[in-house]
Amino acid sequence: MTVRSDVSLSRPRSKLQLALGREANLGDLAFRRITALFAGAMIVLLVWMAVEMAMASKLSFAAFGLGFITSTDWDPVREQFGGLPFVFGTIVSSLVALLIAVPISLGIAIYLSELAHPRLRTPMGFLVELLAAVPSVVYGLWGVFALAPWLRETVEPLLAKTLGFLPFFQGPQRGFGMLAGGIILAIMITPTISSVSREVMRAVPAALREGAIGLGATRWEVVRVAVLPYAKSGLVGATILGLGRALGETMAITMVIGNRAEISASLFAPSYTMASVIANEFTEATGQLYLSALAEVGLLLFAVTVVLNIFARLLVWRVGKLPEGGQL
Amino acid sequence: MNLGSATYWRRHLIDRVVRWLCVLGTLVALVPLASVLYYVVVRGVGGLNLEFFTELPKPVGESGGGMGNAVVGTLKLVGLACLFGIPPGILAGVYLAEFGHSQFARLVRFSADVMSGVPSITVGLFVYSLVVVTTKHFSALAGGIALAILMLPMVTRTTEELLKLVPESLREAALGLGVPKWRATLRIMLRTAAPGIAVGIMLAVARVAGETAPLLFTAFNNRFWSSGVDEPTASLSVNIYTNAVSPYEDWHRQAWAAALVLLLTVLVLNVSARFLVRNRVRVR
Amino acid sequence: MFFGRRELLVLAAGFSLACSKSAPAEADKASPNAAPVSSQAAPVALNGAGATFPNPLYSKWNAEYNKQFPNIRINYQSIGSGGGIRQIIAGTVDFGATDAPMKDDESKQAPGKLFHIPTTIGAVVLTYNVPELTSALKLSPEVLADIYLGKIKKWNDPKIVADNADAKLPAKDIGISYRTDGSGTTNVFTDYLSAVSPEWKDKVGAGKSVKWPAGLGAKGNEGVTGQVKTTPYTIGYTERAYATQNQLPMAELKNKAGKFIAPTTAAMSAAAEGVEMPPELYVSLVNSAAEAAYPITGYTYLLVYADAKDPAKGEAIAKYLWWGLHDGQKFAEGLDYAPLPTKVVALVESRLKELSASGKKLL
Repeated sequence: MTVRSDVSLSRPRSKLQLALGREANLGDLAFRRITALFAGAMIVLLVWMAVEMAMASKLSFAAFGLGFITSTDWDPVREQFGGLPFVFGTIVSSLVALLIAVPISLGIAIYLSELAHPRLRTPMGFLVELLAAVPSVVYGLWGVFALAPWLRETVEPLLAKTLGFLPFFQGPQRGFGMLAGGIILAIMITPTISSVSREVMRAVPAALREGAIGLGATRWEVVRVAVLPYAKSGLVGATILGLGRALGETMAITMVIGNRAEISASLFAPSYTMASVIANEFTEATGQLYLSALAEVGLLLFAVTVVLNIFARLLVWRVGKLPEGGQL
Repeated sequence: MNLGSATYWRRHLIDRVVRWLCVLGTLVALVPLASVLYYVVVRGVGGLNLEFFTELPKPVGESGGGMGNAVVGTLKLVGLACLFGIPPGILAGVYLAEFGHSQFARLVRFSADVMSGVPSITVGLFVYSLVVVTTKHFSALAGGIALAILMLPMVTRTTEELLKLVPESLREAALGLGVPKWRATLRIMLRTAAPGIAVGIMLAVARVAGETAPLLFTAFNNRFWSSGVDEPTASLSVNIYTNAVSPYEDWHRQAWAAALVLLLTVLVLNVSARFLVRNRVRVR
Repeated sequence: MFFGRRELLVLAAGFSLACSKSAPAEADKASPNAAPVSSQAAPVALNGAGATFPNPLYSKWNAEYNKQFPNIRINYQSIGSGGGIRQIIAGTVDFGATDAPMKDDESKQAPGKLFHIPTTIGAVVLTYNVPELTSALKLSPEVLADIYLGKIKKWNDPKIVADNADAKLPAKDIGISYRTDGSGTTNVFTDYLSAVSPEWKDKVGAGKSVKWPAGLGAKGNEGVTGQVKTTPYTIGYTERAYATQNQLPMAELKNKAGKFIAPTTAAMSAAAEGVEMPPELYVSLVNSAAEAAYPITGYTYLLVYADAKDPAKGEAIAKYLWWGLHDGQKFAEGLDYAPLPTKVVALVESRLKELSASGKKLL
């Protein structure tokens, strides 16, 4: 059978049908367009935020260039702004937080997904997630009146006595400082890391677990041999998500970290994070350069958290899904 | 694995030790929660009285007064956040659930995920330059917008996830009866998913009610009742911050009371949310 | 659609109730003893922000003024002098407050001419938390500068002991507290340190926000006082009212005339008497040469636009400032400030008479 090329095989379409495209009626078209508009608003907002901050930092970038990130000189009187102390403070406090939070979160995740009695799982899991529900400023309040005095009176003297030969535990013990900041951050990111880790571990195929059990492995060995290797990249992703959360934390850490733009090896020393300097100095910065420098700090923070977030989610998607609602 | 009997006991021991370490880790993580709850309840309960909810703060240094304006302020800000954040969020979530296979939809999903991880203080900066500088004053409106931006990704993702859970048979039945697709989605699918979405919104509200950083440059603060949405307004979270770092005992007492109110609200929302979904979502 | 119509109606009603303009009712609730004296019927809400230095006084003024004129609400937020200057330039507040006079480049940024209106005199005191000290600590200017430079590290350093022979100073590290926000109090304090210590002037300088050689940062006068109160062996600089309201001890400073002076109202007034007020209406009072002067004293100012855009607000501000200049002064001493000298009051009166709205004079 030959196909004639001068005959169209599709029915002739009216102008309205052509306009509607894939949709059957006007209502459907409007529905699709309107919802697409609001969905697109998400992308627009994100891009707009980035652009707005980039424009606000233009002045500072022009004045200091890349030296902004390497200079330690934050001097509003002489209009010299260097962001290194804040980058240092942010990174180190987050690292201290990870050091404390990751082993604990892993322990929680293993306990809740593999070891716990089924009846205990829900209530314990819920309690851990309640840690995430407490507002940051309430943690800060607790930090000022409960954590810092405890550190100053009990923990720091103990650390100085036993590990004082290390540069990390030297210097005056004020309670407020890098250690307090790190601990509070650890408390706040533990639920994030543990819940994502739990999801990731749950996504490990049962067959792998059953294979290990069949070979006579103990509970821990099942985890070590079957679950962890498979979930490894997802666990790393969970950690990075926790790191992202730690980097962006503002209120709790501002209230306990001491707010001093200085780089010191000691954990007892006060420090300053990127988010804290913006919170403290933004409403009062006079002078365009000062404002621009703070905006640049904000841009840096934004960029770093976005990049980390992307990276982490890619790692996690390789293994399992993120908890519902996308709230982390 | 070596299955000889000597190594068996060693493996058994390691297993035991690790299990106890995990339990210990979990308990250690719960200690701060208990401590925070303890401090907030013990120190906050004394400050909770009728005065707290109805009166304005007294002049600096004088004792007494309350945070009535902050309580109303927080309610106002959360209300505005819901107004600006829920409808767009639901509509965006509907789009993702219905038409979510295109490149555009993937980009939207990606943006929403990224935005949920953005530090809240940068959102505050953004709304400051957008709203406060243009309107030339701090306002509850600006604060509400900042909180709405924070709520948006959560509401969107929750709506999408829950819509996807609704069985297709419902939609097909509606279509079979001649209902237009848009109507079927809104009236039937969304309505079925509504309770779950409401729960997601409760959790989003809980998160946003405690936010402080974005309000510092938008809603600012107010020592009086703020009328309308055009004036700066006090809020519980900002007041906790300012009072905590002050030297006045009375202000500390009020900060703890405010923390108690905030914490109770957040906890009640979280617990109710859990309670309401226990039959819907598979228990982990 | 998802909730019943009834639920939506209830929500909407509740929400609009919360957002409604309810100023007169609430103002009555807030001031049960309101004397029915009000010249304006229409409610006016003024927003101001700035120095934490005069906050105790302004918050008293605003409460008292609201009692007298219930339709006028003045909301003052103490965010630091830097913040006050920034917000009045941006126009996001109706008046600003600062202890540090505006610099030339700051004045240039403002869209209109700004007046500095001195309101009261305050003192920057050195408050400390050393349980072993039973009487006031005596500090010489060089010792103070060295402490803040980080050169003197312990409380029982010989230089401190030299001035305090009969005090039991412990061998503990000195914790230093300073302001992280743009502060007029910092400006007054560093102005003083620059005047008495060439090394400080060279290394750090004076300003609202400087690069501190040592110590822990806190926000606002409230924050510094809070830090000193809760952390032992800390010293901090703060406005006098904050120290007395929190029962914290204050150091006696050696002034230019060589005497150790405690920060009292008389000492503050003595410092002001010795200095002539120039036509711009701002001047530094630190390191005053007068015999009985407390060396770290300063005026604090309200910043208002010479020509107000909104006539109702402009008139309200002008009347408020006039009230503060006369009636408000009687609250100063009780709150640990010093009232303005009579010569200065006369100068401020003529300045206030220059305030206008769209050209028309207000007072």
